[in-house]
Amino acid sequence: MGQIIFAVLLAAGLGFFAWNVRKVRSNILLGRDVDRSDNKKERWKTMLLVAFGQQKMFARPIPALLHLAIYAAFVITQIELIEIFVDGLSGEHRIFRASLGGFYTFMISFIEILSVAALIATFIFLIRRNLLTIPRFRMSEMNGWPKMDGNMILFMEIILVACIFTMNGTDEVLYSMGASHAENLGDGSMNFTISSLIAEPLFGGMSESSLHTLERIGWWGHIIMVFAFLNYLPYSKHFHIVLAFPNTYYSNLEKKGRFTNMESVTNEVKLMMDPTADPFAAPPEGAPEPQRFGAKDVTDLTWKNLLDSYTCTECGRCTSSCPANLTGKMLSPRKIMMDTRDRLVEVGENKRKHGADYDDGKTLLGDYITEEELWACTSCNACVQECPVNIDPLSIIVDLRRYLVMEESKVPTELTGMLTNIENNGAPWQFSPSDRLNWANEE
Amino acid sequence: MSLVVPTMAEMMAKGEAPEYLFWVGCSGSFDDRAKKITKALVKILNETKVSFAVLGTEESCTGDPAKRAGNEFTFQMQAMMNIQVLDGYEVKKIVTACPHCFNTLKNEYPELGGNYDVIHHTQLIQELINQGKLTLKGGDTFKGKKITFHDPCYLGRANDVYEAPRALIEKLDAELVEMKRCKTNGLCCGAGGAQMFKEAEKGNKEINIERTEEALETSPNIIATGCPFCNTMMTDGVKNFEKEDSVQVLDVAELIANAADL
Repeated sequence: MGQIIFAVLLAAGLGFFAWNVRKVRSNILLGRDVDRSDNKKERWKTMLLVAFGQQKMFARPIPALLHLAIYAAFVITQIELIEIFVDGLSGEHRIFRASLGGFYTFMISFIEILSVAALIATFIFLIRRNLLTIPRFRMSEMNGWPKMDGNMILFMEIILVACIFTMNGTDEVLYSMGASHAENLGDGSMNFTISSLIAEPLFGGMSESSLHTLERIGWWGHIIMVFAFLNYLPYSKHFHIVLAFPNTYYSNLEKKGRFTNMESVTNEVKLMMDPTADPFAAPPEGAPEPQRFGAKDVTDLTWKNLLDSYTCTECGRCTSSCPANLTGKMLSPRKIMMDTRDRLVEVGENKRKHGADYDDGKTLLGDYITEEELWACTSCNACVQECPVNIDPLSIIVDLRRYLVMEESKVPTELTGMLTNIENNGAPWQFSPSDRLNWANEE
Repeated sequence: MSLVVPTMAEMMAKGEAPEYLFWVGCSGSFDDRAKKITKALVKILNETKVSFAVLGTEESCTGDPAKRAGNEFTFQMQAMMNIQVLDGYEVKKIVTACPHCFNTLKNEYPELGGNYDVIHHTQLIQELINQGKLTLKGGDTFKGKKITFHDPCYLGRANDVYEAPRALIEKLDAELVEMKRCKTNGLCCGAGGAQMFKEAEKGNKEINIERTEEALETSPNIIATGCPFCNTMMTDGVKNFEKEDSVQVLDVAELIANAADL
């Protein structure tokens, strides 16, 4: 019976997750194309260092160490899941213990120690998020769901670890009584580092049947939490645990100062500068329909921008280093990413419900991100530098500016003057080009 | 000592080609404060007999502020006109004292057909000193002075140049003190992304004031930088705190020209 329930749970858990991943993937692919297929070696290296090695987290050592504890526990626990899956499907109990012997004891003990470290880190994270006044967790874009999302993940983490220790602790007491379902190797204790310590004080003196019940609650609770967690991911900022890997792989490998070249503009400028070109010539047969200049909605952004938005875990390092935000301006790079994702989810749902051409009359620019936010950016790349998973909020800001300027001619007045000066005088100020070399003869 | 500033046109008329084109930039050409930086660099180039020329009146804005402001048309028009001029003179190497020109010429011109070897003036000066072409004979000019370096975003984060300006400051007999935020974490002066040409959005502080505060926390005698726009912003910031009598804002080129008794 247990095996059947487990098999159903497993299929449902994985199936629903796969279904959601497909949805996220199709949303991301609504973006414009950008080629990131080059330089595979450098890309693997970036992924290993930045995602797997968490290189950029260590710019802030305290949260980095706490995060590392949870990350390491998470990664290593996956090994234990293999046994849980095999046990669950076969109806065995700790199937690998007898055959792996000392290595098994070592592995489970290692997982237990990491779990304790993760538990401590989780409590500190809860304190940091809710009791301490860390500015980046208290900004307006974190109100409501984002704040609850952050706390939910931490609570789930606590329940998960509690289940592990209930499972291992009760099993330890049962084993010492000779009543565990694990094969009895005649050694009197399973010798797992943490549970052998807490077993007696927490579970000693309980009846065999309550211990068996508790052990099963721990075991099932653990695996149910794992599936709950897995399926919570696509709805949560916590999806970064998966997407950090592809997102860093597809990082922008160019110098940060290099903004993308707009080829559609290049073609037009070449036409303008070519005296033999016919300005009234019809576009060649089969030419692609001209794209909008810049971005007004999420579908004008690249798929990498959209992948960025799903990868964002709302840590706010970008915003806390943004010169505009630090000086009280409306711009928050984190909000740019959150808005992009929220809008993308909305556009994706609309397309699935009402067909691919459905227009809900809303756009990323205007309904989510305001012009005031965009014009506060100094393009200093601090947000890009800070992001531990190589998200690039700046490229979204620039593309939205491009739309404003080139499609709607919405430019702050002083910048109109600057642009006119460049066009007329070849300098952003109103100086005559013939005076450009005067400095050489001035005292 | 009067400056020798040949133009590309003059050189070409004589059938010569300089090793470097010195791209002066709009700020270095027109802004009174930045012109001093331009001249300091020319003094160094003259002293070390570097073969260079400027475009003079044939130079035009690289298009950087237009591109950052989102006007790709104006940017590309400027870029293509400049590339025609540069390629007309068969320019290979460019040196510039403006990180914005540096970034644009180096990173954004190649896709439009302009391929040059572009270096920032701090990198060239470092090379000249390392080759022994420039000696800092007035070495005690800065003795005992505290100098902090403000990283221009378009030199540092945008192009990963952090060491060249610092190496130059370390050659002076001065103490280099770092701000709380420096190198990859350096805080913008507030001028980038075309902000130089507009009022800031509504907030509770100007960015250059925030940055100047950080610089003043190191109690420096000199705030050094390597960008004419950062120079303007930091100079304004220092004035805001009424510290202009005790704290100077200088370009690294000016420090070196000074120390070399030029």
